[in-house]
Amino acid sequence: MSGVGGARFVLRHAGRELRAARRRLGLLVAAVSVGVAALVAVDSFTDNLRASVRAQARDLLGADIALTGRQAFTPRVTELLARSVRRADLARVTRFAAMAYVPRTSGARLVQAAAVEGRYPFYGRIVTEPAGAWDALQQGRGVVVDPELLAALDARVGDTLALGEGRFVIAGELRSMPGDVGARAALGPRVFLPARDLPATKLLGFGARAEYATYVRAPAGADVQRLAADWRARLQGERIRVRTVGDDQRRLDDSLGRLGRYLGLVALVALLLGGLGVASAVHVFLKQQQETIAVLRCLGAGSGHLLAAYLIEAGLLGLGGSALGVVLGVAAQQALPGLLRDFLPVAVEPALSGRAALTGLGMGLWTTLAFALPPLLAVRRIPPLAALRRAYESERERAARDPWRWAAFALLALTVPALAVLQVGDLRTGLWFAAGIGAALGVLALASWALVRGMRRWFPHRAPYVWRQGLANLYRPANQTVAVVLALGFGAFLLGTLVVAQHGLLAELDLGGPAARPNLVLFDIQTDQRAAVDSTLAARGLTASAPVPIVPMRIRSIRGRAVTELLGRDGGTAGRREGSNAWALRREYRSTYRDTLVASEQLVAGTWWSRDHLPPSRRPAVPPVPPVPISVESGLARELGVGVGDEIVWDVQGLEVPSRVASLRDVDWARFEPNFFVVFAPGALEQAPQTWVVLTRAADPAVRGALQRALAERLPNITVLDLASIAAALEHLVGQVVLAIRFMALFSLLTGALVLVGAVSTSRLQRRREAVLLRTLGATRRQIGRIVVAEYLALGALAALVGLGLATAAGWALARFVFDTRLAVPVAGLLALGAGVVALTLLVGVAGSREVARRTPLEALREG
Amino acid sequence: MLRCQSLTRTYLSGGRPLTVLKDITFTVPAGGFVAIVGPSGSGKTTLLGLLAGLDRPTAGTVQLDGVDLAALDEDGRARLRRERVGFVFQSFQLVPTLTARENVLVPLELAGDAGSDAGARADALLARVGLGARAHHYPAQLSGGEQQRVALARAFANRPRILFADEPTGNLDARTGATIIDLMLELNRDQGTTLVLVTHDPDLARRAGRIIRLADGRIVADEQVDARVAV
Repeated sequence: MSGVGGARFVLRHAGRELRAARRRLGLLVAAVSVGVAALVAVDSFTDNLRASVRAQARDLLGADIALTGRQAFTPRVTELLARSVRRADLARVTRFAAMAYVPRTSGARLVQAAAVEGRYPFYGRIVTEPAGAWDALQQGRGVVVDPELLAALDARVGDTLALGEGRFVIAGELRSMPGDVGARAALGPRVFLPARDLPATKLLGFGARAEYATYVRAPAGADVQRLAADWRARLQGERIRVRTVGDDQRRLDDSLGRLGRYLGLVALVALLLGGLGVASAVHVFLKQQQETIAVLRCLGAGSGHLLAAYLIEAGLLGLGGSALGVVLGVAAQQALPGLLRDFLPVAVEPALSGRAALTGLGMGLWTTLAFALPPLLAVRRIPPLAALRRAYESERERAARDPWRWAAFALLALTVPALAVLQVGDLRTGLWFAAGIGAALGVLALASWALVRGMRRWFPHRAPYVWRQGLANLYRPANQTVAVVLALGFGAFLLGTLVVAQHGLLAELDLGGPAARPNLVLFDIQTDQRAAVDSTLAARGLTASAPVPIVPMRIRSIRGRAVTELLGRDGGTAGRREGSNAWALRREYRSTYRDTLVASEQLVAGTWWSRDHLPPSRRPAVPPVPPVPISVESGLARELGVGVGDEIVWDVQGLEVPSRVASLRDVDWARFEPNFFVVFAPGALEQAPQTWVVLTRAADPAVRGALQRALAERLPNITVLDLASIAAALEHLVGQVVLAIRFMALFSLLTGALVLVGAVSTSRLQRRREAVLLRTLGATRRQIGRIVVAEYLALGALAALVGLGLATAAGWALARFVFDTRLAVPVAGLLALGAGVVALTLLVGVAGSREVARRTPLEALREG
Repeated sequence: MLRCQSLTRTYLSGGRPLTVLKDITFTVPAGGFVAIVGPSGSGKTTLLGLLAGLDRPTAGTVQLDGVDLAALDEDGRARLRRERVGFVFQSFQLVPTLTARENVLVPLELAGDAGSDAGARADALLARVGLGARAHHYPAQLSGGEQQRVALARAFANRPRILFADEPTGNLDARTGATIIDLMLELNRDQGTTLVLVTHDPDLARRAGRIIRLADGRIVADEQVDARVAV
């Protein structure tokens, strides 16, 4: 048989087999489809997200170009803008944090205030309730607020809202605004007010932080990028950032791409586990087909032809599974925008992405063939003699000599990096991801194998019979125990790592407990308000921490080179990205002075000043003898390129203060404490204009609320940060991210369950025989049932043990190397997850074994 | 020991009733040895299943060691089997995941007897069937004859009052089969067990004291044999 005849046989046989194999290889189809579904869901979602960002980018910014800075624009800037664009095409927004207070309900809360002047936004639609509130605002009547603020303050439209010393009518609530990210409102609801009412609040006084932005609508037909580049060049040294729609879109594209890649990676793992399901399904299928194949060989079928026929069959089934997966994936992606709602700046319309569908089909087919090939090679090794009698040589012995087997394994080993590179779209990153996946799968496989072997080695010979029988079943001939433990374990591993990581992050935010860390921060206390703050706190039985002084300042020069010069060198040149350290040179520093290190700091270079670094007679000295010793945070020192001994000249409210870097510090920013980039030695800044920060702790939320109201009423310029509410908001956000990843990780667990279903059905015939035999020997239904339970309990426990053990290790690595926190093992969470995995295993196993117990013992005789 | 009265078994086959056994009545006294013979499809295996309580008759009764099987539910019959009945099958039917010794222990352990006595009994039985040295081998590591010897040891583990054997030599060559039968009869004599053997091997049947012939679900002959003429 060769040539055309052979090819015809191959196709016919593949077709006939397909008809018969539908039921037996349904598992293969299911395994592939789940993996492809995960992949298509993520890819399609990312594509739609990108398309939405492209379509809505201009609405996101609300203008063509935005200029932002930390100080009111200098006349030079305003003149340049006035010369370049019509007045009507300019809008100004000043943003700052402030306490909002509603006298009717006595509610007070920290808000993000924005004073709007002009027709902002130029693009995109703002929806308010009642409609028209935004127009009213632009005509200078009333304020528009986020609904979250009304809820928090128990207020409603029409109420009077106090902002600093200003009083406003709430004209409406914001229903939607282009670029809204839900996460933002959780951290600080917004209040929009007319710019002309800003002075009435008296909030932008000394020490206040504000962002000044000007939005520009470009003249029709203007080249926005060129205009922006031109402005950047002219505004060198002005400490102003110029952004265009294109810049924003690129930035969003980057970060969304990253999000898509990470989720895609989780999906890829699901697909690879699906591959494991394919291999196991094919393996079982061939075991059942062994005699048929031997007979076909006897009748003259070539081994190569048979292999080709079965390979084509696997390919067709894989393609079918992939197609099903595309449909499922498109359905699943409807869920993703909902899960990520609070992070997406654009509305995403779920739609089928052709690219994602094709990629899914391709990857599904490839995975099927790559995983089906190694077990399929056994087709060639089934001797015709097997039709007549059992072979003397075991399949294992024959397989060891097959050189093609190694080629098939090599192809399989190449599949992982190839798919990873395709999925990530970048060779280097793809290879790293592949190495990660490979390492995780390898470690899991090794751990599964070791555990299964270990249990056999230290078999509990003294356990009750049903337990021993159940455990022994894990080693029945052609068992899939390692594959099942690996597949289920991987799902448990992914979900477990999430649990550990989430717990670790949230533990950092935990303000309760014995440590009793402060949970209220009072900012912007003027020097003459310190006594009033003390008495307000004391009246509620609260103790305040030692007040921390804050002195706002900017860098004027480093090692004798002016900032304007340094900025000119690094950034601002036409079209080029700004130097990475531009922010560090441009920013406003809020520094403090003290003579000791605090708990969150650690000296890494230089020396801390001693208490008497200045002669007593000179303390406090005005002006100090320059230069003042300072300590710089190590990361900032890298950005600025300074080390111990370098000189930095500061601009403190117009006054030059020279300093010398005396030491570098590591700062644990994760601690909710007033941390500083730059700490001055005492003696230099005492007389400089400064504000104060005070920390206190009130366990009772009612007391916290009362304090915020009292301060908002009497000292409205003071902003109060309620760390407990921020922690709650962050917890919610972390929870959302975790939910999205968990959604993808569930696909892995689902594939794991499918591999288990495969293993259960593989051994069904055998287990049925065993059960019937045991029944004949006098086992009761209950005993059979308990053996089944023991078997799957043990299997689930093994998978949970492997997965959660490795998850704890991964959590430790994440805490140690990524989050820089201590490992906190969420015992309850992991136990719950473990119980879930065991329950799933038990459910699938017992459901698949129901008929085993139903059979009558007579079959032992019939099948004999 | 074994008494069956008017046994009838009807199956639904393709929607129509198919009577496999019709009006079977006979009695086997304690310690007796009966062979049930007949061509394929004559109802031998069905009869064995009914006698051992593996299946329920459509009509008629079975009394096993004085117990009416109809009065017991399936678990009750399972308990009766593990206490008083032994089985030997054509295809050995060992549990592949258990060693030879563990296979012998199964009936004892099912009955909740897992003490050191049980272990000693299993070892003694394995030694008795000549497999003392292979107690820790798995079925796959044993030849067919060896597997059937393990099955014999298992059948006698619970000191059954009655042993049912279904073509015990069907899957073995003549010489090995003969050894197995010798062994089975020796054990039978040692323990005074009643033996019911299903076979279509006439030579083997002649070793029984009595032969019941089945054809088309009915008893066509029930004859005493002079065991001394046996090979």
